[in-house]
Amino acid sequence: MIRFEEVSVTYEGAAEPTVQGVDFEVPEGELVLLVGPSGVGKSTVLGAVSGLVPHFTGGTLRGRVTVAGRDTRTHKPRELADVVGTVGQDPLAHFVTDTVEDELAYGMESLGLAPEVMRRRVEETLDLLGLADLRDRPIATLSGGQRQRVAIGSVLTPHPRVLVLDEPTSALDPAAAEEVLAVLQRLVHDLGTTVLLAEHRLERVIQYADRVVLLPAPGAAPLFGDPAEVMAVSPVYPPVVDLGRLAGWTPLPLTVRDARRRAADLRKRLTHPAAGGRAAGAARVGAAAAPRERGQATPPPPGTSVPVPSPRRRLFRRTAAATPDPTAPPQIAEVRALAVCRARITALRHVDLTVAPGETVALMGRNGAGKSTLLGSLVGLVEPTAGIVRVGGAVPHRTPPRDLVRRVGLVPQEPRDLLYADTVAAECTAADRDAGAEPGTCRALVSELLPGITDDTHPRDLSEGQRLALALAVVLAARPPLLLLDEPTRGLDYAAKARLVTVLRALATEGHAIVLATHDVELAAEIAHRVVLLAEGEVIADGPTAEIVVSSPSFAPQVTKILAPQQWLTVTEVREALG
Amino acid sequence: MSSGGSRRDPAGECPAAGPWGRVAQFPAPLGSCSSVGRKAAPAPRKRGRATPAPGRHQHRAPLHPGAWWLWSLGLGTAATRTTNPLLLALLIAAAGYVVATHRSAAPWARSYAAFVKLAAAVLLIRLAFTVVLGSPIPGTHTLLTLPEVPLPHWAQGIRLGGEVTAEALLFSGYNGLKLAALLICVGAAGALASPARLLKSLPGALYEAGVAVVVALTFAPHLIADVQRLRAARRLRGRPDRGVRGLLQVGLPVLEGALERSVALAAAMDARGYGRTADVPARVRRTTTALTLGGLLGVCAGTYGLLTAEGGTYGLPVMCAGVAAALAGLRLGGRRTPRTRYRPEPWGAHAWLVAGSGAAVAALLALASVRDPGALNPGVVPLTAPALPLWPAAAVLLALLPAFVVPKAPKEPS
Repeated sequence: MIRFEEVSVTYEGAAEPTVQGVDFEVPEGELVLLVGPSGVGKSTVLGAVSGLVPHFTGGTLRGRVTVAGRDTRTHKPRELADVVGTVGQDPLAHFVTDTVEDELAYGMESLGLAPEVMRRRVEETLDLLGLADLRDRPIATLSGGQRQRVAIGSVLTPHPRVLVLDEPTSALDPAAAEEVLAVLQRLVHDLGTTVLLAEHRLERVIQYADRVVLLPAPGAAPLFGDPAEVMAVSPVYPPVVDLGRLAGWTPLPLTVRDARRRAADLRKRLTHPAAGGRAAGAARVGAAAAPRERGQATPPPPGTSVPVPSPRRRLFRRTAAATPDPTAPPQIAEVRALAVCRARITALRHVDLTVAPGETVALMGRNGAGKSTLLGSLVGLVEPTAGIVRVGGAVPHRTPPRDLVRRVGLVPQEPRDLLYADTVAAECTAADRDAGAEPGTCRALVSELLPGITDDTHPRDLSEGQRLALALAVVLAARPPLLLLDEPTRGLDYAAKARLVTVLRALATEGHAIVLATHDVELAAEIAHRVVLLAEGEVIADGPTAEIVVSSPSFAPQVTKILAPQQWLTVTEVREALG
Repeated sequence: MSSGGSRRDPAGECPAAGPWGRVAQFPAPLGSCSSVGRKAAPAPRKRGRATPAPGRHQHRAPLHPGAWWLWSLGLGTAATRTTNPLLLALLIAAAGYVVATHRSAAPWARSYAAFVKLAAAVLLIRLAFTVVLGSPIPGTHTLLTLPEVPLPHWAQGIRLGGEVTAEALLFSGYNGLKLAALLICVGAAGALASPARLLKSLPGALYEAGVAVVVALTFAPHLIADVQRLRAARRLRGRPDRGVRGLLQVGLPVLEGALERSVALAAAMDARGYGRTADVPARVRRTTTALTLGGLLGVCAGTYGLLTAEGGTYGLPVMCAGVAAALAGLRLGGRRTPRTRYRPEPWGAHAWLVAGSGAAVAALLALASVRDPGALNPGVVPLTAPALPLWPAAAVLLALLPAFVVPKAPKEPS
């Protein structure tokens, strides 16, 4: 269906080809996953299928790409529109019309299908993607998962035989991601659609893949094969594969179910050297619990980590507030009975949260549950409608920005928003000046986080992970005791994520309190001491990571699922326990 | 291109043609599946309209957007015919009432509030100018006297400060209100039917240009959102987020972001078949060009003829022929675009009523302004209270017709 013959792509001004030696064929009706670290040219390969590379992006494509028998050299993207459907990384950049139904029809209108056919297919697609209730809704009012489904639906209606998706689940919460993937699987199974998708979060998608194309390094020839075989040599792999490699299972399990079947032995090994294993696990849990014990005012007594009805919770909070524990150390951040209404929509209602020094808190919940709003109110971007927010004793939205940066720093979802300058060096100088820090502070941080970045690099030329690190350094230049991160792992590969985890752990040990809003359960399991679950603007659970994620099927990391009922969160823990 | 072209033929689009033929026989669809949609799906229904599911989903667009635009244009025209504040207030109230009852919960419906604010600003600015710069209206009722700034002789005829009379204020107030009413009418049209919906009624040959215009129009709201986001980000850097300097510094990143988004959108549109052309015979292509060019030339010549004294005889016929030729060219040009329209908005009895009520208001007020100019343009010298002329007021009330005859849009969940 899709055929790459000795393809190499060189963009204008680039000395080396971005990808070369790409030579594989995707058979009809298969779901093929394109994996590899950041910056190896995954998007370029995807673009070559729809003809956007090189017709739209420029550059030189050598070799030949054929889709359903059409050569992309002679067919422009618009002439491939009836066989290839493409959904890019940002669904918002994809929409042409304003309402869901019109958006679904747009592609068919361009192709000139008969009105009756269009009508029928719109209805079918609305049902197929579970969008029937949203048909009249303006796209601007949809949540992330809904937008992604509309974007997929909008390219499905012309009935393309090939679907190309670039990171379809990166911005989605675990439940929405599963929804989208279930749709893709149905397309493959029931309709024989060929799907080619690139994704960083392999733990979500690897189980659905029929084949995997691995781009191991920039400019290296891709590897094409069976998922388990490719995963055995891949530099990027999900936790289940990591655990499989650790335990020496062959062939490697790709799903939690396969891994569970083989894990009996491993579970025994983990319980048997009870002293070593449990102690290591306990040590970690102990470390996680320690800051919480110090900050005793932190609400949840052991029983409250499960969903609490809010009236009782309110009562509890009242009494707690009325009798402050004199021995409690000062909290870095305190949020009491916070409510935020924006544009007649209640984003947060009656939220209580306290953060102690050295503590790492993960905010989790659906897209649109109010995570970003809560972070925004902690940093003074959002004015509370009711309730109290205090960060380091100051009220964030009334504190001048210059003072506030020394109390709290936020790395926004799009780190690029923080960067204005033309070079890394200028960015660092500006950051030192803004923060009133010693000249060179920020540059030292950058060197620590991003070894090998030269002063004259333009921030735009950095990869996603490098840009995040630069933004982090800029924020850290003011040494804020409270650090907030909004979706830090979006678009990061496993290596960049591991580096981020190391950095954040070191910061927490130094006494920084960290609050991160994330959909990435593996990241939360890796570094968070405490997890706070939000739903519809309310806190529905607040407690130690182990307790919260283990009890929830959608928020449990893979290792937990595999080794249940034992409570392990990450492969690192297991590795340490095994010695 | 060959298989792309074959899709034009509706008959070639039989349900069993592609790998997608069996869509309708799916196992239970995901999530909120509706049995209704599935039942309706297999059989193409009469006249391409689904039977609405009982109590589940009403027809989405109750009225042709063009009807709303004609209605509000009629109201706007009526507003230009009068300066009677009572009639204008009645007109604004009527438009406001219809908007309040019939606008949707969509984001673009909120633009009405922006237009109302703009109208108020226009009125206030008009009054402020009168106060500061004076007015040629001779008045005897002095309300207050501002200190007059002596101006050099080359600025003769311009006055700064001085006497402010009740007559002058009233006169500019009337005129300002007229402008405000006009703006509110445009705002009402935007709130009742988004301009993007009007696009669907454009002829095929113009559609793609129309899409480009609408996409360009949505650029502005995105730009504003970007500015807000980046100014917030400045706060995160510890810089003040207000003031002109703050705005200037985010300028470049905002433009960069907007440009990147536009490029991404263009790529997405290209990949979705925007700008596909059908193969048409060279003869048709040449005829189209000849008709369009000839038509435009005819329009130019006709206009010239109409405007000059000696061309009175041939002006009108040449103009008409030119317009006809241009329209024929446009229609023939539509053959080059294979686009079809999804659920074109029907122009039904309600649409006639709505557009008709707007036109009636405009016509009746135009008539009244000829028959009874005194009542529609109350004098300010000498100072008198404006009276409400009875039958023009009744005519304005016709504008309320849509509020009662048009079925309300189903309430959308927010």
